Amino acid sequence: MKPKDKKTKFRYVWNFPGFGGWTAIFFGFLYIPIFVLVCYSFNSSKFAMIWTGFSFRWYTKLFSNDDIQSATINSLIIAFSAAPLATIIATFSALAIVRGGEFRSRELSNGLITLPLMVPEIVTAVATLIFFASLGINFGLMNVIIAHTVFCIPFAYMPIKAALEAMDPNLELAARDLYSDKPSTFRTITLPLLTPGIISGFMLAFVISIDDFIITLMVAGGGSTTLPVYIYSMVKMGVSPEVNAVSSLMLVFSIFIVTLYWIFNRKINN
Amino acid sequence: MEINKVNAINVKNVTKIYKTSNAETRALKNANLTIFDNEFFTLLGPSGCGKTTLLRLIAGFEDITEGSINLFDEEIVNLPPNKRSVNTVFQQYALFPHLDVFENVAFGLRRLNKDKNFVKKRTLEVLELVQMQDYGKRKPNQLSGGQQQRVALARALAPSPKVLLLDEPLSALDLKLRQAMRYELKTLQRETGITFVFVTHDQEEALTMSDRIAVINEGEIQQIGEPEEIYESPNNKFVANFIGEANLLTGICEKNGENGLCKLDAGQEVPMFIPNHIHKGETVTIFIRPERIKIKKSDKEKSYCTISQFTYLGNAASILLNSNTKSINVNLPIEDVKNFKKGDFVEVVFPSNSAQIID
Repeated sequence: MKPKDKKTKFRYVWNFPGFGGWTAIFFGFLYIPIFVLVCYSFNSSKFAMIWTGFSFRWYTKLFSNDDIQSATINSLIIAFSAAPLATIIATFSALAIVRGGEFRSRELSNGLITLPLMVPEIVTAVATLIFFASLGINFGLMNVIIAHTVFCIPFAYMPIKAALEAMDPNLELAARDLYSDKPSTFRTITLPLLTPGIISGFMLAFVISIDDFIITLMVAGGGSTTLPVYIYSMVKMGVSPEVNAVSSLMLVFSIFIVTLYWIFNRKINN
Repeated sequence: MEINKVNAINVKNVTKIYKTSNAETRALKNANLTIFDNEFFTLLGPSGCGKTTLLRLIAGFEDITEGSINLFDEEIVNLPPNKRSVNTVFQQYALFPHLDVFENVAFGLRRLNKDKNFVKKRTLEVLELVQMQDYGKRKPNQLSGGQQQRVALARALAPSPKVLLLDEPLSALDLKLRQAMRYELKTLQRETGITFVFVTHDQEEALTMSDRIAVINEGEIQQIGEPEEIYESPNNKFVANFIGEANLLTGICEKNGENGLCKLDAGQEVPMFIPNHIHKGETVTIFIRPERIKIKKSDKEKSYCTISQFTYLGNAASILLNSNTKSINVNLPIEDVKNFKKGDFVEVVFPSNSAQIID
């Protein structure tokens, strides 16, 4: 073999032997179970794993299940409260960190806001539980909303901060130069340009909140069961086709949100 | 145009120090200058010299460390940018991407709470002035660089500022467009009668457009004067080297006064004015522009110099002479070029009053 060939042989990752095969296995592992789950949600059989025919039976059953409905409503109430609150707090945090000038604890603050992304969720969950218990805070659903707001902040913060960093600070200076005071500069320049970032931050927070299990399980008392916690309790009694159906619906919902998130992200990058 | 000597901007003892946690940078050191009304004034200097800092201090984007700035005899250092009737054209234009061209230009007028009809009339008028009247509905990202430049200019001119600040506005354009815009900017300044403060690192831009130039280096103003003055009689070596090309040669004073004489290290004698405080026998640095030097053919024994490099420039030729001790740069007009070639022995002639002593 010529030396030149030896150098270029592994230049691209797809030159590795078996690259295509491994990729196929990887994607198969990731998506086949989800695909099967969706298929079986249309199975008319009572047993989860035996295919007997196509039907919407489990979906109709789902819509007449009061427990699932109240869990869904809980999940939506929590997400629609926690995500906007987290987004508002994250927006102000990002403005302070990125546009607040040099202050001494800037790096530290930035680190503290994003640290929860790296803390194991179980630690946060137990800590939150002990925190609420020791202070005797027990407002039912409100507890869950507070907990969700707190852990959603870093998720909302990241895209908002990125959007703010991508914004040319000269735009705000130009507005100030053109006789615009600070509040009107924020209203006419900063906020409109930041909106795509804020929306994508909100969506991320929303999806994270809807999806959360560990913290919710710890914090939620009776009557504030959310959908993921309820699904888990159903699965404990055996995988029923209803679980397939409700999971499929959540999947569709997530894809919808992620698509919106992607569209807004693309708008920022343009 | 005759410049009436009303002070538009008065910069007095201005110092700006940037402090970070572990260092301080003195961006401006005790700067003093006066810019007159109706003037096209240029701040010229290499990057990092403090010229943009001075512009941002006038605009109000930075806090001043020491000193005062007056705008038509009104102290402005304590006013926020929105209370100063100066407007800025930014280097990268900083057009508002979410607003169309019309709204960009109308922005300042709207913030000043001008009457709706006036806003419309004035915006269209300014857009016409920069020949962008047909682009009102476009967004900034649908415009070319040159068009964005015009919109930025219109936006800054619309509120009729007392002084227009321009921060290297031509540096993002390509050469042809840059040259065309120079002429347009100059015309625009004459037509509007607004005082322009123009920041650039391009000496050609400064020389062609300005009424007066301030040359700045390392936070200090080196010289203020008309283009011709700056070019013909620079104050110091920095100005001499920064504006155009310069030969800086060392010699010994033979005779001072109006008909003074200086002997170069190479042996050549240069007739020139030498101030009386320099005495016979003192070592001096003399400055001469390459195009002021004449050369004539000579034979090997008499010659001090040979042509060591010959660069054809199209409309002229640049010649590097190798004398015994130092190389001299000469620019020849094209009609003289054919008489010389590389390796020729030549004699250098310094016409009287072409050279001067420099610090």
